[in-house]
Amino acid sequence: MQLIECPWCGPREETEFHYGGQAHVAYPADPDALSDEDWAHYVFFRSNTKGRFAERWSHSAGCRRWFNAVRDTATYQFHSFYRVGEQRPATS
Amino acid sequence: MTAEAPQPPGSQLPEHPDFLWRNPQPKKNYDVVIVGGGGHGLATAHYLAKNHGITSVAVLEKGWLAGGNMARNTTLIRSNYLWDESANIYEHSLKLWEGLEEDLDYPILFSQRGVLNLAHSLQDVRDSVRRVEANKLNGIDAQWVDPDEVKKLCPVVNISEDIRYPVLGATYQPRAGIAKHDYVVWGFARRADTAGIDIIQNCEVTGFVTDGNTVTGVRTTRGDIGAGQVALCAAGHTTTLTDMLGFKTPVQSHPLQALVSELLEPVHPTVVMSNAIHVYVSQAHKGELVMGAGVDSYNGYGQRGAFHIIERQMAAAVELFPVFARAHLLRTWGGIVDVCPDASPIVGRTPYDNLFLNCGWGTGGFKATPGVGWCLADTIANDEPHPYLAPFGLDRFVTGALVDEHGAAAVAH
Ligand SMILES: Cc1cc2nc3c(=O)[nH]c(=O)nc-3n(C[C@H](O)[C@H](O)[C@H](O)COP(=O)(O)OP(=O)(O)OC[C@H]3O[C@@H](n4cnc5c(N)ncnc54)[C@H](O)[C@@H]3O)c2cc1C
Ligand SMILES: [Zn+2]
Repeated sequence: MQLIECPWCGPREETEFHYGGQAHVAYPADPDALSDEDWAHYVFFRSNTKGRFAERWSHSAGCRRWFNAVRDTATYQFHSFYRVGEQRPATS
Repeated sequence: MTAEAPQPPGSQLPEHPDFLWRNPQPKKNYDVVIVGGGGHGLATAHYLAKNHGITSVAVLEKGWLAGGNMARNTTLIRSNYLWDESANIYEHSLKLWEGLEEDLDYPILFSQRGVLNLAHSLQDVRDSVRRVEANKLNGIDAQWVDPDEVKKLCPVVNISEDIRYPVLGATYQPRAGIAKHDYVVWGFARRADTAGIDIIQNCEVTGFVTDGNTVTGVRTTRGDIGAGQVALCAAGHTTTLTDMLGFKTPVQSHPLQALVSELLEPVHPTVVMSNAIHVYVSQAHKGELVMGAGVDSYNGYGQRGAFHIIERQMAAAVELFPVFARAHLLRTWGGIVDVCPDASPIVGRTPYDNLFLNCGWGTGGFKATPGVGWCLADTIANDEPHPYLAPFGLDRFVTGALVDEHGAAAVAH
């Protein structure tokens, strides 16, 4: 079991968290202008990166807040945790 | 010893086979290049040769033959899916399973011991009865059974009303079962090889050679290989390939774990699945209890998963099968499965004219192995999606014609 670091509560056990998939998927700026294909991509298509991946987590059994993390999907190691609205940290 | 003396577990298994296929050097060109030497890739190769006489085919595998999900799955085979589209392809597959041993001329130990999909709530009961009726309309064997009948079919199931998720009944598909997964791929590989198809291991596809909307070849760790048509059968790694080709598929790769107990005498004569508490169990030919759970929640490629998933699954298993409390866990492992938003596969055309996609089978593609191989071979040979595959095209995410099997088919395997 991994420790995940909630930006508000600090390190807690993985079982306290809920996974939310790819981070930084913005709601379409001009929804009326979207084609069916654009909508499909917004609703269904997500990156499936092998390697460092920016993703959303919710501290569902703790403060219940959402935050972002950069995690390597091949090793499962977390590299950084940051609050919603903050820039994705530069990671090499 | 008399002929009726009890047989030790595993004694009915065939001898370990000799080498069953060649290990050829890749040629410069093939009519068809299949990326991924799992069950799906090998079955496609077999039916290309058998049904269409196409034998200028290479199956490229980055590791060893069928070392991916095919070697890691819990081998449950059934066709009791809800929607017509799924029923068609899985039932086609089940019919092929029923004759596969003769077709491959190789033992696969297909054991039609039936599957029970348990219902634990009123909603489960309603969904289950609906699915039974839908199955019957599609000519698929299905029955609704009450808790006493569940107990008759699998005596070790706890049907007490006092457990957290009591068994209110189950759907039963008598023709469902299990097969010996390794023998299945060895059988397909042997037949494809005999037909002249090259199975090339330790050959990772690292890129593509394209000309406009055509893929003319693949780049591999063993050099470039020209291709008339290309089929991607890379399961959980598909998006690493489509990323190279510059188009997206809506699949996400997740770890999926399974485990086996020590060898036990026969105690579990059928397959039992529970979607609500998410555990499923069968007893392997040798005697291990084979169990699986749901996917780990996060994306992953590591072929392992988190321990708390196993812990939860064991808790559910012990409540449902109290006798398991005394069984020792022998080993656990993980595969990487490709999960789609509507829990159905993606098979068919891509933005490249001669490139076909086969992915998104998620936690349940083993049972589809012969069926998808048959239909994908037909698709490649005729350059037109086989009718059973047509509903599973990538375009359904744009048209909205999804085949939403989430929950509906008691999904997971
Ligand atoms: C724990 C577990 C339990 C399961 N239980 C069941 C079950 O009970 N019933 C059921 O129906 N299904 C089950 N499944 C799902 C089933 O195993 C898969 O859906 C099915 O095996 C996928 O098709 P495949 O056999 O071709 O995939 P795989 O066997 O994964 O084959 C894909 C192959 O592609 C290769 N590859 C990937 N990238 C490249 C590349 N770049 N170049 C060359 N080769 C590449 C991989 O090495 C791999 O061998 C389970 C899966 C797991 C992990
Ligand atoms: Zn918190």
